[in-house]
Amino acid sequence: MKTLLFYFTLLVSQLSYAAETEPTDYTFIAGHPSLQQWLLPTPIPTPKDNPLTAEKVSLGKMLFFDPRLSGDNNMSCATCHNPMLGWSDNLTVARGYKSKALTRATPLIINLAYNNLQMWDGRIKTLEEQALAPMEAELEMHADLSQKIALLSGIDGYVTAFDNAFPDQGVNTKTMAMAIASFERTLISNNSRFDTWVKGDKSALTADEISGFKLFVDPVKGNCAVCHSPPNFTDDGFHNIGLASFGHDNPDLGRYNQRRLNLMKGAFKTPTLRDIALSAPFFHDGSAQTLSDVVEHYSEGGKVKTNLSPNFTANTLTPEEIASIVSFLNALTSPHKPFTLPTLPQ
Amino acid sequence: MRLITLPILMLSMFSVSTFAEEHVVSQKNKSFSENKISINVGDTVHFLNKDPFFHNIFSLSDEQYFDLGSYPKDESRSVVFDTPGEIEVECAIHSKMFLLIEVKKSEDN
Ligand SMILES: [Cu+2]
Repeated sequence: MKTLLFYFTLLVSQLSYAAETEPTDYTFIAGHPSLQQWLLPTPIPTPKDNPLTAEKVSLGKMLFFDPRLSGDNNMSCATCHNPMLGWSDNLTVARGYKSKALTRATPLIINLAYNNLQMWDGRIKTLEEQALAPMEAELEMHADLSQKIALLSGIDGYVTAFDNAFPDQGVNTKTMAMAIASFERTLISNNSRFDTWVKGDKSALTADEISGFKLFVDPVKGNCAVCHSPPNFTDDGFHNIGLASFGHDNPDLGRYNQRRLNLMKGAFKTPTLRDIALSAPFFHDGSAQTLSDVVEHYSEGGKVKTNLSPNFTANTLTPEEIASIVSFLNALTSPHKPFTLPTLPQ
Repeated sequence: MRLITLPILMLSMFSVSTFAEEHVVSQKNKSFSENKISINVGDTVHFLNKDPFFHNIFSLSDEQYFDLGSYPKDESRSVVFDTPGEIEVECAIHSKMFLLIEVKKSEDN
């Protein structure tokens, strides 16, 4: 009896192990337990040394939208990360100081709080470290931070806002970065029709969108979820996805510059797909105009096949299958929430 | 590779501390089966992929640099650790994967 029980326990533990670990083991019914891994955890992940407060978020929002924090006083974080364009800029590659073209597309900044690493190449770990980097970058906002701290310290409204957010800590680069990071953590998309369906509302997705989701997770079809994995549609990973630009002279080596490993040549971070429909064009080089272009790219197996991510398996999809996946991607957008712009103190 | 894993496991059961030992660390659900292991100089660690996709295990540490390349499910790659120290092991693909290997001089036991 004891032996039987032992084998039974072993069997059960193996079964439950399989259920929680095999990502392809889904039941495609609204609200089914196998789907719950796609819901983003709450509350928003926040570092211990910078807990979210309303005061920090409010100050961070002011700083994020303030064009005076750039070299020419004409460019804010929101110039490239524009809420009217899905927190991006609808440009192939970003334009920085004096409108000079940069080398990569502006990433959308939705659900950054859930990222393990920041930037397309993951070169920055936390949002606090990231917040001031584009401000200081010569080619981006081109700001002299000590001048900007002096500027903010001379504006009563800012001094009060810093004092409310960071009592007795003053106006400095550290508090500035903590405020911007706090604001960025509030840019969350977790309420799309897909999320509603996962939570149990059968009518939230159409049959075509559900077909798209099936293809999305199917390793022998879309095989998208191998990298765009639950819950935030990313594996926090780096992949060379065979873009044409990798075949150009002196291509952007991406993650390789941070980790000198062959596989990382031309590899870039897997972005989330929540709200992705709002931030065309797509890919780190902005080379795909539409989501159909994106899915076709994968279906064709990429353009430059040297050093492709091993997790990229080309499965040729029919035009109908591509259309279904695109319908599904369009169901990942959270409903539009009105956004109130801050009044900037002068 | 899969075939040799079992004999290795059996071998490790009978080995005594004076011999180099074999350790298996698996990769499952984009994480290592351990966060930290402690081994002796001369020991071998087999990195076994149990995920249905590729991993690329590496260490850029000064003591022991290695890049195991990418390999699929049920395959493993092995490293003999010959220098004492704290070796940080990561996966090139999945940035959250992290393993610390403490390699002790044999006489430390
Ligand atoms: Cu990995």
